[in-house]
Amino acid sequence: MPVTEVAPGVFVHAGAHAETDAANDGDIANCGFVVGTDAVAVIDTGGSPSVGRRLREAILARTGRPILYVVNTHAHPDHVGGNEAFLPDGPAFVGHANLPAALAARRDHDRRAYEEATGRPAADRSPVAPTVTVSDRMDIDLGGRVLELVAHPVAHTDHDLTVLDHGAATLWTGDLVFQERAPAVDGSALGWIAVLDTLARVPAQLAIPGHGPPASPWPDAAADLRRYLKGLVADVRAVQKAGGTIQQAVATVPPTGGTAWRLIENYHPRNVTAVFAELEWE
Amino acid sequence: MRPWHGIGLAAACAGMICLAAGGAVAGPAEETRWQVLQDLYFAGRTVEEAGPVVSLEAPTRAHDAALVPIRVATAPAPGVAVTAVHLIVDNNPVPLAMVLRFPDGTRPHAVDTRLRVDAYTNITAVAETADGRLLKTARFVKAAGGCSAPSPKNAQLAALRLGKMKLNLPETVSTGKPATAQLLISHPNYTGFQYDQLNHYYIPAHYVKTIGVRYNGEPVLDVEADISMSEDPSLHFTIVPEKEGTLEVVAEDTKGRIFKESWPIRTTPGS
Ligand SMILES: [Zn+2]
Repeated sequence: MPVTEVAPGVFVHAGAHAETDAANDGDIANCGFVVGTDAVAVIDTGGSPSVGRRLREAILARTGRPILYVVNTHAHPDHVGGNEAFLPDGPAFVGHANLPAALAARRDHDRRAYEEATGRPAADRSPVAPTVTVSDRMDIDLGGRVLELVAHPVAHTDHDLTVLDHGAATLWTGDLVFQERAPAVDGSALGWIAVLDTLARVPAQLAIPGHGPPASPWPDAAADLRRYLKGLVADVRAVQKAGGTIQQAVATVPPTGGTAWRLIENYHPRNVTAVFAELEWE
Repeated sequence: MRPWHGIGLAAACAGMICLAAGGAVAGPAEETRWQVLQDLYFAGRTVEEAGPVVSLEAPTRAHDAALVPIRVATAPAPGVAVTAVHLIVDNNPVPLAMVLRFPDGTRPHAVDTRLRVDAYTNITAVAETADGRLLKTARFVKAAGGCSAPSPKNAQLAALRLGKMKLNLPETVSTGKPATAQLLISHPNYTGFQYDQLNHYYIPAHYVKTIGVRYNGEPVLDVEADISMSEDPSLHFTIVPEKEGTLEVVAEDTKGRIFKESWPIRTTPGS
């Protein structure tokens, strides 16, 4: 699996801007790892055990240090599907305090979706759940390198976790940042904008987005996403103010950034629907 | 509002509201299913094709199966009141989603609401006239999993908000003219088919079962609902206020909890 060293000891594999299918087997999100003097931390594992195995091979090809941590940024299947490939290493699996509930709730749906998308049977088990959860923040010391894990309030999902590598001034955003690929609102658009405001103040030079290039300058990396979310909120509010319905909003609210977002037609109507329901109860 | 032409499905329909292009798909499976449902809900009665008296709009493909927006409208012929519309999601585990009753059936009504759709299905509207006719129309909707979808909301927040209501009105309401109001009721509307994977049990069904709307004491709309009504029930309906007054809503859920709210409505003389 190709990986890019975006900063010393920080390696990223960029997933394809596609839906999961038989050929890519869920290799559609960014994943990677950080190497310290004592240990390795994996951050997200791709969309299937096969992607996780290829990520593990890429790690073993570069370092002999033990994989002591597998961190999941959230429960979406393209980020947790490869967890089981790391069971032989016996790492701590780390995620947001709400991650176990989200994994459990999504289990049947995600298995069905994987089988439909790839034509292959999904394993009869849930993705490996966290053994350590973070409800606020937590540091992981890899030796000469400390990762700061932060659990966020509802944004892209209700269990987003970021990883800040202070030494490398690099922020792993998970799906709190989408670049190039259309974002999906599975939590709260207003909450997401607020979390982006918080993250903008994080002392990082580089962001590693959940989808997009392996790394890009921070905080500019979130600019397109922020515009999209703000546009969505403003446009849906305008439809609501005029007494419009969900159907009218879906038909008339354009995606800010337009078709520059890859796969926008698959996500935008659903985002409009979700944000409409969210804003009704403001 | 201009339709946005950048994307495929929904935006392909010009105009404000997407009619299900091509209308109902009357495949043999849908026909067979309907025969079962007709015997279940309207045993021994004739159900005719609706024609212009009742119309139904639904997306051909839903963006969220737990939140499928639909609109039903009645256009009573002179002298023949349309007193009720039964909304049926043919392939849902409990197909009858709701019955809308119009105390004043002589005027047209339009109701928007949101339904859960568990599998590809016809959604059928059966209107009932004051002289006992049943008139049906249907739309085929592609969506799946809406009855078992976990609620995306934080359960604690949802519990705090349970029973809260909101009424949205246009900026001006003209005396004697139809105005569209939207009623929202915060309620998880648990279907009984949502599995709590963490604690290993099906969350018991718990949903809003009746909603009554009154204006100055006069009934406007009565709804009997079942599990196919989406979480946080939403109803757009029309009122024709002859003078200013008070709109009152009383709702009851399956645990016998009663939710009551009223809103003043100011009317301006119509032109
Ligand atoms: Zn995601």
